[in-house]
Amino acid sequence: MNKELHAHMIKFLERGSRYDGRKPLEYRDILVEYGIVKNAEGSARVKIGETEVITGVKLVVDKPYPDTPEQGSLMVGAEFLPIANPDFEVGPPGIAAVELARVVDRGIRESKAIDVKKLCITAQEKVWTVIVDICTVNDAGNLFDVSALSAIAALQSTKFPEYADGKIQYGKLTDTPLPLADVPIEVTVFKIGKSYIVDPTPDEEKVYDARLTVAISRDGRLCALQKGGDVALSEDDIFAMIDIAAEKQHELREKLEG
Amino acid sequence: MKRIDGRKPDEMREMSAKAGIIPRADGSGYFQIGNTIAYAAVYGPRNLYPRFLQDPQKGILRVNYNMMPFSSKGERVRPGGNRRSKELGLVIEKSLLPVVNLYEFPNAVVDVFVELPQTDAGTRCAGICAAAIALADAGIPMRDLVAAVSAGKAGDTVILDLNYEEDSAEEGADIPVAMTGRSKEITLLQMDGRMTAEDLRKAVQLCRKGISQIIAVQQKALQEKYAP
Amino acid sequence: MGTLLVSEKTVVVPGQELATGMDYLPGFGAYRDGEHIVASQLGLLSVEGRAIKIIPLSGKYIPKNDDTVIAQVVDITLHGWRLEINSAYSAMLTLKDATSDFIARDADLTAYFNFGDWIVAGVANVTTQKLIDLTMKGPGLRKLGEGMIVRVGPSKIPRIIGKGGSMVSMIKEYTGCRIIVGQNGVLWIQGSPEGEMLAAKTIKEIEQHAHRSGLTERIKEFLGQFPKPEAVPLPPEEERPHRERRPFDPNRRPMRRSGGFR
Repeated sequence: MNKELHAHMIKFLERGSRYDGRKPLEYRDILVEYGIVKNAEGSARVKIGETEVITGVKLVVDKPYPDTPEQGSLMVGAEFLPIANPDFEVGPPGIAAVELARVVDRGIRESKAIDVKKLCITAQEKVWTVIVDICTVNDAGNLFDVSALSAIAALQSTKFPEYADGKIQYGKLTDTPLPLADVPIEVTVFKIGKSYIVDPTPDEEKVYDARLTVAISRDGRLCALQKGGDVALSEDDIFAMIDIAAEKQHELREKLEG
Repeated sequence: MKRIDGRKPDEMREMSAKAGIIPRADGSGYFQIGNTIAYAAVYGPRNLYPRFLQDPQKGILRVNYNMMPFSSKGERVRPGGNRRSKELGLVIEKSLLPVVNLYEFPNAVVDVFVELPQTDAGTRCAGICAAAIALADAGIPMRDLVAAVSAGKAGDTVILDLNYEEDSAEEGADIPVAMTGRSKEITLLQMDGRMTAEDLRKAVQLCRKGISQIIAVQQKALQEKYAP
Repeated sequence: MGTLLVSEKTVVVPGQELATGMDYLPGFGAYRDGEHIVASQLGLLSVEGRAIKIIPLSGKYIPKNDDTVIAQVVDITLHGWRLEINSAYSAMLTLKDATSDFIARDADLTAYFNFGDWIVAGVANVTTQKLIDLTMKGPGLRKLGEGMIVRVGPSKIPRIIGKGGSMVSMIKEYTGCRIIVGQNGVLWIQGSPEGEMLAAKTIKEIEQHAHRSGLTERIKEFLGQFPKPEAVPLPPEEERPHRERRPFDPNRRPMRRSGGFR
């Protein structure tokens, strides 16, 4: 975007309005659907506005890492599928997908949402590994928040498959849900000019100066942060953005079950 | 004879289709048959790089096929594709190519991306059905729609639209067939398994019947998107 | 005798039979196969005398001579500017077509149009190989200043313009905005924030209902739901597309993309 158009958008934001008519701190409609993929042990589809992400959870039995013989593990991957955005290409995850996956991973891991000790089957021999795959379907902005919400929703819906004699019976789920000790919510606050916004559109994502993703646990504690963007933030900025995230997380949280 | 899931030999699984489900794409389609779900998105015609891939006389069609990591009935599918997904991308491309007219778009590419969130046999066929909807939705000039379904054998009976159990049966055959909607020209034919030529003829005829039904579902999906 | 198989203005899909018999002739988006006329394009059926054609409902912009487009500068070459026009191909604006000023060989072309700038330009020529030349010579063709860019499907543009420009005039009048419509599906809106937002919303509304009848009435009603935005004085239109030229300075750093520290 050129100078004039950038300036124009900033002027708009400073008056408290956005091109699509929303207020700066207003999310688009949020929709969470559980259990949409029959072949996954857990899954969810989240739509915020026109942005749509599907996340599926697969459970596998692995040997534990030697330094944590009684703990299972968590793996989060993100696929920026080329159906979602003309700029997404076929091939291994790019740096944007890797960053997103790691930020979502940290929110879940550091909130201790998954008690990895409960994933142990036989110490030193067999533990469950929880694999979360985030797949973008339509990118209309704000993939961070949509992906994080779909990942935690997919985990909420996850049930263990039947397991006997060292073999998993995929397709036969038990009634035992994956134990979740917490439900972290991630909110990303963007700074454009002097204004803060949440839930950006692709046009806004093109011009933002900096962003801060804040993961917040059920009891309101911060559990992960990620600052992004090309411009530095002041200390005041950071805490203002954290306050916004702490406020907005309730809106996302109430869309989840339980 | 009754099949594992209670269908008649010439009965297809339940279908549903939608057009325009991916707003960011130039065209998109959704096709579900039984528990197999395919999304397809079209981007283009657009610039094609690297340059040596360009054709100065017409645009090229490029199809990518991908199963989402959690889509399979068994273990997790490693992301990033494999030899199978490469071949399926190719055969889907070849099944669509005879109907699209890209002479108006020299040096350009029309990209079709097929993604499967959930699979239960017949993924290439579902992918073709979704992709045809997406191409039409993108306004690409095409002389016909294309639809696909597979036929096979259970015992002595030729059956239409195999599900996972029928597809993975020891003694059987799997024959995916794609045809154009109006003229019923065959644009995809593969087979694995053993079968007499006579049974193959029966199988192709069954597919032809099934394809007519699918075409009607595709038409309806496209018309519904723009219906007043 | 020829028979029409589908009624006019219905949505037809590729491969659908539209008419039988030799009385009808296939126009855009249709072809003859023996006795039948068949659709080769998704769109609305339109019959003009004996000709059956399809009005597309989707698809990329296909550039035609004398179209007005809104384009964005993506590159600057020795000979001029390369612009993105929302089609399968990018377009060129040569120095000769950009201005009647004399431009020295070593001139800084960013002083005319910089990276990311939006311009409203005319399509001067399209070759069979889809090399597209733009021109700035013509009334109203200029660089665009502050404003909002809105994108719609190029096939929807005729409905947004309306008969003789009636639809866009109605939006301009109600919202107090300056609106330039590019045939390529890109629009530029300049006005008060409320005006611009309402204009953008209305354009999206037209896009969504473009294929339905009674559109003008519907849009009139749509606008009526919102209070008329207060009119604000608009900045003067930039008549000529250039700024003052800087004298050549051999010590100046070479051109580079804008950006870096902000």
